[in-house]
Amino acid sequence: MLRSKDLLGIKELRKEEILLLLNTARAFKEVLQRDIKKVPTLRGRTVVNLFFEPSTRTRTSFELAAKRLSTDVINFSAPTSSLVKGESLLDTALTVQALGADIVVIRHGSAGVPHMLARVLRASVINAGDGTNEHPTQALLDAFTILQHKKAIEGLKVAIVGDVLHSRVAKSNIYCLGKLGAQVRLIGPATLVLKAFEALGTEVFYSMEEGLRGVDVVMTLRLQLERQGRGYFPSTEEYFQKWGLTRERLSLASPEVLVMHPGPMNRGIEIASEVADGPESVILEQVTNGLAVRMAVMYHLEEMKKA
Amino acid sequence: MAKKLLDAQDIDRALTRMGHEIIEKNKGPEGLCLVGIQRGGVHLARRLAQKIGRTEGTEIPVGSLDITFYRDDLRIRRQPQVRETHLPFDVNDKKVVLVDDVFFTGRSIRAAIDAIMDVGRPALVQLAVLVDRGHRELPIRADYVGKNIPTSRAERVEVQLREEGYEEDAVLLLSPQEAQRDASE
Repeated sequence: MLRSKDLLGIKELRKEEILLLLNTARAFKEVLQRDIKKVPTLRGRTVVNLFFEPSTRTRTSFELAAKRLSTDVINFSAPTSSLVKGESLLDTALTVQALGADIVVIRHGSAGVPHMLARVLRASVINAGDGTNEHPTQALLDAFTILQHKKAIEGLKVAIVGDVLHSRVAKSNIYCLGKLGAQVRLIGPATLVLKAFEALGTEVFYSMEEGLRGVDVVMTLRLQLERQGRGYFPSTEEYFQKWGLTRERLSLASPEVLVMHPGPMNRGIEIASEVADGPESVILEQVTNGLAVRMAVMYHLEEMKKA
Repeated sequence: MAKKLLDAQDIDRALTRMGHEIIEKNKGPEGLCLVGIQRGGVHLARRLAQKIGRTEGTEIPVGSLDITFYRDDLRIRRQPQVRETHLPFDVNDKKVVLVDDVFFTGRSIRAAIDAIMDVGRPALVQLAVLVDRGHRELPIRADYVGKNIPTSRAERVEVQLREEGYEEDAVLLLSPQEAQRDASE
């Protein structure tokens, strides 16, 4: 059973809670393979998606996950809401709650916004990405995807490559994989992969050739050009030359290596097309698994409140 | 001390008889498949299938069903883990026999029927239970019953099977005090 009504970050979760969510996700994955991909589990409940940053895949995934659980879903996105009329974020959230929302899924450009809402709202808050802080459901679906291919996460060598500095996906994954006992390596330019990240229990590499040697999983990160100022690296072409995941570099990893990417991909910048589409790639599986994992999160949050 | 209602031999005899009844009522093993409800029902379904298979000289397909997502209560249960639903056959136009260990309020069976209907459209659905302890809250009855055991609501019927790590098969009746102690552990 989860301890909190909210899912704010992996940092706040215990290992047993992570394992519970991953186990339930397995059952939901079976549901998603049926002709009727829907269960009545959360019938009568309402989920509100509050997205203050552009997102198609995460929002769609949450929306579909909520629908597969038989909830009613409302989508609220910033440019069309009253926020442009000057309503405060808090008032928007309280309005959403007054409409009867049981779960509020929020994405926001500033770290900590979900935490602030969670304190005020009776509804469950799910963090769907807050600034450069965390994106917990992405890390859960990544762990779930790894477990579909490997017996256990404990002891695996996982490389996270690229723009760790701006990546909430990387942060959630560092916490999640760490709690599950993997050895996490971070690879990238010194401007985007700080030595200080070793304090999170990782090992930092400044060369792809060294870092990729023998790894079981490679997670490539999207270069978050929209969050970056200038000067982190000379050009995207040069970035690819030095840090792009190419077939040649991938050959240094374990023969059973998995290639992952949280999407959306910049082909030819952080990952070569032939690798993204190659046999090691589980990138599209990640998308499918995201549905199962988000269903598991919503299910257990509601179960927790009922108890 | 919990009272032993059925011992290993009683359970085996009951299952043997139920196997025969299933075959008799369905006029043979054709189109028959057994679906055990997690967890106890799954083991019983396997045993029943083995017995029927032996007498009829054919293999009876067995599946497992977890009904967590179909329950009407979302309440805390002693087994919060969701277990596997695995139906290694197409249920369309099959004769599906649901198998459960203890038949109580009927709510689990309601959930199981809904779950089966989401997977396909069986020709018919029947119900086999090892113990019927009464106290139905829904208009559902069993087609095959191992043993009818009158109980009070506060008592608990516990089915212990070797497949779950018990030394010997047994069905126990726990008094309200024992049931409460057991639940709080």
